[in-house]
Amino acid sequence: MDAITDNYQLIVISFATTILLFVFASIGSLLLGTLLVAMRVGPIAVMRRAAATYVVLVRNTPLLLILLFFSIAAPKIGINFQFVRIIIPTGWGDIRMTNAFAGAVVGLTLYTATFVCEALRSGVNAVPIGQAEAARAIGLPFSGVMRNVVLPQAIRAGLPPLASTQIALLKNTTVALSVLVLEAAYALKQLLDANPGDRWWLLAVFAGIFVVLVELVSLISNRFERKWRIA
Amino acid sequence: MNQSVLFDAPGPKTIQRHRIYTVVTLAVLLAAVGLVAFRLNERGQFAGDKWEVFVTPAYVEFILGGLVDTLQMAGAAIVGAMVLGLVLGIGKISDHQIIRGPSWAIVEFFRAVPVLMLMIFFFSIYGIYNGTTGPFWCVVWALTLYNGAVLAEVFRAGLLAVPKGQSEAAYAIGMRKSQVIWIVLLPQAVKIMIPAIISQCVVTLKDTSLGYAIAAPGLTAVARPIYLEFQNHVPVYLVIAAVYIVVNLLLTAIATWVQKRFVGEKKVLQVAAVGEQSAQPGPITN
Repeated sequence: MDAITDNYQLIVISFATTILLFVFASIGSLLLGTLLVAMRVGPIAVMRRAAATYVVLVRNTPLLLILLFFSIAAPKIGINFQFVRIIIPTGWGDIRMTNAFAGAVVGLTLYTATFVCEALRSGVNAVPIGQAEAARAIGLPFSGVMRNVVLPQAIRAGLPPLASTQIALLKNTTVALSVLVLEAAYALKQLLDANPGDRWWLLAVFAGIFVVLVELVSLISNRFERKWRIA
Repeated sequence: MNQSVLFDAPGPKTIQRHRIYTVVTLAVLLAAVGLVAFRLNERGQFAGDKWEVFVTPAYVEFILGGLVDTLQMAGAAIVGAMVLGLVLGIGKISDHQIIRGPSWAIVEFFRAVPVLMLMIFFFSIYGIYNGTTGPFWCVVWALTLYNGAVLAEVFRAGLLAVPKGQSEAAYAIGMRKSQVIWIVLLPQAVKIMIPAIISQCVVTLKDTSLGYAIAAPGLTAVARPIYLEFQNHVPVYLVIAAVYIVVNLLLTAIATWVQKRFVGEKKVLQVAAVGEQSAQPGPITN
């Protein structure tokens, strides 16, 4: 138990980093995923094919490999994130958002965006064809069909799979451990090495916080789902 | 939705506009690819000696050795996860609260905790003391627990997807609960579950790479000695990513084929996400 009471500052700082990773990558992946799905269902064949290729390639690559690429290989061809250097000093230690953090955010964004794209696409696919046909039959232009008929239903249908992608993203932030971002898994590893006697306590605390965070995300998604549901 | 339904047939002006978009997109894509190629070339990453290693038999063998380790870990984990998933999945639809409650709690816990944390934990209690085979088994156990929890949801959803009349008829001719599940429900449910199980195999295969953090063997781990020797950081990651992609696409192709052959294209198993309402414990209604 001492390992936790003595190191609560490190635990808090590491989870703050985890949450920051999640927030940045979440915003990025939602934006990129929306762009991808727009290309994927749009009328331009080249865009459709480009988006589909991107999704297939990135989705089948392990996330760790993408993060390692940005951490080890990309600097060799002049792609690095040295210009990112935000250090938030707190009384309990610094929250460091430097090149490793930025690389992890970029990798997580590129990876998660493919799943966001597929989730949104499944939402669009779930809208019955008759809906779009009816909308066009009453003379709505393309923008009207999408804005008033298809998208409102697609977002409702796509919300549960979208929430799953964001929960997966939250859990995937731990992969940043391998590119040396001090997030929750990194702190767990350090504490496990230093305090072999308190292993079960450490696992219980870290896993417990993660369960709470995951339930929080799914709670928010359930709220929206209920709010947007049509009787 | 069929995308042609979303738009009207394009008129002459729209066709013109689409042509412009096509050209612009192509230009942007070509510029991006060109820039990357230029950068690679500039830093000498296209040099023959950086790529030669991938056709050198000794190193090809080395990389394939990594692939075999990865496949072994994924295979062992999937077999374990199927057994665990079956037990927990049937446990979740048990009539007895005393079985249902713990099954639900175990499934929710292992679906919510990151796999990597489980790996690190197992490494600290077992792997670190067991040299070369330790990390291998830590990866397998962590993936078994996580995927077992995911597959429990799949099995549960699959069993519940069998038409109610089937179990009713089985009870009517006097079968016991275990007979209903083993003789009537499972054989029919397997069909609809196979695609979901195979896509979980893809997830498992990708997740074996996480063993990198605890020095487990595998495809991701073979990159390091190669780039340390040849300074070919970019090529080695591109090649290894390609190997992963090919193996995963093969698995996906099998899943698609099975889906078409046994299930039909439309019907897809609905599996509850972590924390979702339908994941709450509830008895099988009969």
